[in-house]
Amino acid sequence: MGGFSIQFRQQDDITILALHGELDAHTASELEAAFQRCLDEGKVRIVVDGSHLDYISSAGLGVFMAFVDEIRERGGDIKIAALKPRVYKVFDLLGFPMVFDILPTVDEAIARFRATDTSTRKT
Amino acid sequence: MPRTRTYRITIPAATRYLTAVRRFVAIHAREAGFSEAEIDRIRLAVDEACTNAIKHAYKGNERGLIDVIIRVTPEKFHIIVRDRGPGFNPSDYQAPDIRRSVRHRKGGGYGIHLMYSLMDEVYFRRKKRLNEVHLIKYRRPDTSRTSTRAHT
Repeated sequence: MGGFSIQFRQQDDITILALHGELDAHTASELEAAFQRCLDEGKVRIVVDGSHLDYISSAGLGVFMAFVDEIRERGGDIKIAALKPRVYKVFDLLGFPMVFDILPTVDEAIARFRATDTSTRKT
Repeated sequence: MPRTRTYRITIPAATRYLTAVRRFVAIHAREAGFSEAEIDRIRLAVDEACTNAIKHAYKGNERGLIDVIIRVTPEKFHIIVRDRGPGFNPSDYQAPDIRRSVRHRKGGGYGIHLMYSLMDEVYFRRKKRLNEVHLIKYRRPDTSRTSTRAHT
């Protein structure tokens, strides 16, 4: 209880960050470092897998807000997937669904990126 | 049986103690008969108040101390988060706008908004050199195992 870790995995050009544990003012710097690492490596298509995230406070939510604009400016996005209902409630309280794609599963988040590719190619 | 029970924890102003505060609050909220969903809300509100004290009152100076005091009465679960830093003026509070935060690449300023959203009552007090954030959740009959005590 109380720990936090992030696992990285790559699926083609999409980086999946799986969050485990509790994301608060103490652990938010780890998510900052993870997004920064993605930016430094030019990996701007990011899915955050929240299926093992047990807790989030505004410090953790703030990290998403601080990075998403730059990631979008570089042609990517952060899509948030598989949140537990108790964690989703906190995202919802701050209005995240107005600004972020929040999907029920990681596969749907990946499909959302693919759908953008298809529509871009068509136009 | 006393009508008011009081519990207290004091932590240094460092974020690594937030887990202990959350655990402390959850234990007593559960004991008071709140549902898991309500416990989640109370725990998050207290985390936000402590985080504000660490970041804004003490600005990361770990020599500062934060008291978290819980008073449980038959009617309410009342948490006081107390620090000895500069006071917060509630009139400075502005409801945040997530779209603007994203545009400005800023993630802060949401703690107070969450406290107001999560609790039934929130107020701030300055007492001599102490700052207090008061967070109140009312114990409704369906969430209280001891509500009959209100009539004793």
